[in-house]
Amino acid sequence: MSDDTINLTLDGKPVSVAKGATLLEAAREAGIDIPLICYHEATSPNGLCRVCVVDVDGGRVLQPACVAECSADTQVETRNARVERSRRTILEMLNASVNLEQAPEIQDMMADYSADEARFPGARRRESEVIDDNPFYVRDYEQCVLCWRCVQVCAEDAQFTFALTLKNRGHETSVATAFDISMTESPCVFCGQCVGVCPTGALKPKVEWGMEQGWSSEDLRRQTRRKRKKDAG
Amino acid sequence: MIAEHDIDATLEAYRGRGREALLPALWDVQIAQGSISPEHVHRISHILRVPEADIYGVIGFYTLFHDQPTGRRIIRVCTDPTCALVGADEVLQGLRDRLGLAGDGSTPDGEYTVEHTPCLGMCDYAPAALVSQRGEHDMALANVTADKLLDEWDGAYFTPAGDDESVLLDPSLMAAPQTLRDYGDYGALRRAIFEQSPEEVIAAVEASGLIGRGGAAFPTGLKWKFTRGAAGDVKYVVCNADESEPGTFKDRVLMEQRPHLLLEGMALAAYAVGTGKAYIFVRGEYPKATAILAGAIREAEAAGALGAGIMGSDFDLDIEIRRGAGAYICGEETALFEAIEGKRGFPRMKPPYPTTFGLFGAPTAVNNVETLCAIPGIVSQGADWFKSFGTAESAGTKLVSVSGHVRRPGVYEIQPGITLRSFLDETCQGVIGDLRTVLMGGAAGTFLLPDEIDVPLTFEDLRAAGSTFGSGAIMVFNWSTDLRDLLRRLGLFFQHESCGKCFPCQLGTQRQVEVLERLEAPRAGDRERLQDIGLTMTEASICGLGHTAAMAVLSALEKFPELFDAEE
Repeated sequence: MSDDTINLTLDGKPVSVAKGATLLEAAREAGIDIPLICYHEATSPNGLCRVCVVDVDGGRVLQPACVAECSADTQVETRNARVERSRRTILEMLNASVNLEQAPEIQDMMADYSADEARFPGARRRESEVIDDNPFYVRDYEQCVLCWRCVQVCAEDAQFTFALTLKNRGHETSVATAFDISMTESPCVFCGQCVGVCPTGALKPKVEWGMEQGWSSEDLRRQTRRKRKKDAG
Repeated sequence: MIAEHDIDATLEAYRGRGREALLPALWDVQIAQGSISPEHVHRISHILRVPEADIYGVIGFYTLFHDQPTGRRIIRVCTDPTCALVGADEVLQGLRDRLGLAGDGSTPDGEYTVEHTPCLGMCDYAPAALVSQRGEHDMALANVTADKLLDEWDGAYFTPAGDDESVLLDPSLMAAPQTLRDYGDYGALRRAIFEQSPEEVIAAVEASGLIGRGGAAFPTGLKWKFTRGAAGDVKYVVCNADESEPGTFKDRVLMEQRPHLLLEGMALAAYAVGTGKAYIFVRGEYPKATAILAGAIREAEAAGALGAGIMGSDFDLDIEIRRGAGAYICGEETALFEAIEGKRGFPRMKPPYPTTFGLFGAPTAVNNVETLCAIPGIVSQGADWFKSFGTAESAGTKLVSVSGHVRRPGVYEIQPGITLRSFLDETCQGVIGDLRTVLMGGAAGTFLLPDEIDVPLTFEDLRAAGSTFGSGAIMVFNWSTDLRDLLRRLGLFFQHESCGKCFPCQLGTQRQVEVLERLEAPRAGDRERLQDIGLTMTEASICGLGHTAAMAVLSALEKFPELFDAEE
């Protein structure tokens, strides 16, 4: 066994991984499923959603599998009572704030963890109007889970456009443009990468949204084409 | 002071610097204009080469920055627990009534903006307010009333009078800070530079047993050793002066009274870890401490005790003050680095730890104000002298901030080992009324009952008792206190201060306060909800804020279970 290999135990199974491997990679190696919301192969992991937390040696706090590296000779439990409580409570709290109707993967997670949809009665929801300010996509931040992927691909993870930011903080955080200007006034180049990485229905191609609204094909054509220069001027 | 017409020239001076100049530039605009407009964001964006959206995101993160116009005078009244005990809500309501405001907001004539704010670190002189007058420096005011804030306000610092006692502190310094002449010639620094190697300084600090005074209690010498030993030519020392834990104000008093003690401690830290650059990050709510430190740095530089070629040696040190802008999270060391770097104050994932990857990605020793103030004594008088105070595991003296129902609230320097009971009865001259409970360690602390206050005030004894020294906050409450209201205010504090990065804390602080706001008429299952929210935040959050945001609530569930039952 070389120095570059780490041996540990996941749910009682011995696993060998390369030094520097994350607990998520080790779990995949061992065929163990770990739930993920914010994690995406194409974006820098920030360990935000914490539904991937696992119990390492019964430590004081749980470890986010997506970013925490494997340590030699540790015993990892990927789904014990502590882990389940955290995952279930995070899902229940999220569901109380965000419209998850168009997030089938999160719905499946809720079923898997027996999350109670009505766990937090009287909860403040993050409410907002659908923003329809450009011909390419619409933004419905009631469905936004704040995974940051759109902000990241708009910035250093892909496009270097910097049209998006996070506004306010805590539960009041939202994704926004500078001073909430429209997308057409912002530096957005309509590359579509943000729409591609959105895990819910918060960012949606306008054609898809228009069809959901029951638009006619003529409406769809009119609403989703960029205005020609000659029309504007 | 910056007049409105000078702002363009002021911002121009930042050209050539990068994102790290963002908070200073935003402060210049905020003070001069009362808010930061899209035009100013556009201008700063070009000067610092930072995207406009990012700047907008930063403004929205820090509560002392405004992106909408404000009144010429912004009055922020603290409504956290200690101020609430002495009528902060009435002060706020009095202001609103006189100015015709329904809630937080501005008067139509553009003269006033009135807001409520989290703890201002003035709990010994509650109720407190922070006032910003357009174009002038901000002021923290003590013992305020609505009438005083509107009628008698004369732009001068309100100087609190009190009696604190001391090795670190000096009661004669309540009115004015200690000057360099009175402080001395940085003799400990002189001795270190000319007689000791950096390794010897670190060894002395390690031998002293000094552990961090900010709340995490990490051994200081070890932190310095790691930083010195870390790979990299560029390193930093950072003083964490973002004291924001409700009920904590010891660092404010130290900075206001003994600025040179802190600066000499920082210089020793810089010499020990091997750097010529240090930062003090002071919370935005401490304008007086900030001004005093700035004056002390100038004084020390003029005397050759700081700056280039200190005391004729080849040791240089530039100490730069950075002003926070209203975010409790920036007391978390990595969030503090992000703020200095000009970003939203999000805590980073650890590891890597600051000693290898800190400010600007370089190895960094980040220490609390009180910790650094202990260093000159250790270097000049030795580790054994330091260990002659306190206990083996809690060496040295320790500052505590006492507020609430005691006869003499204030900052006290204690020898760890004294019991909480004798401290309250003797040092603080007794509890006002009958003691109901002590909230030990601040908002992120635990409750002690009257039969639990024989615990010695040491890190080890408090830990063994399931409590914490935390930041040294001791909040005392008698039977007149509405504990449900206290819990609600603690919940509001964390809801307001969660940065929003990780789901457990972003959602948990909101769900927690929703339950705490209905404690008078709880729903079936609320107790279990608080347990699940609390344990999830504690075990699954990214940083110390989330890990402790439910500590007081979980403690109350255990100590005061009756609060969570419906009232008869």
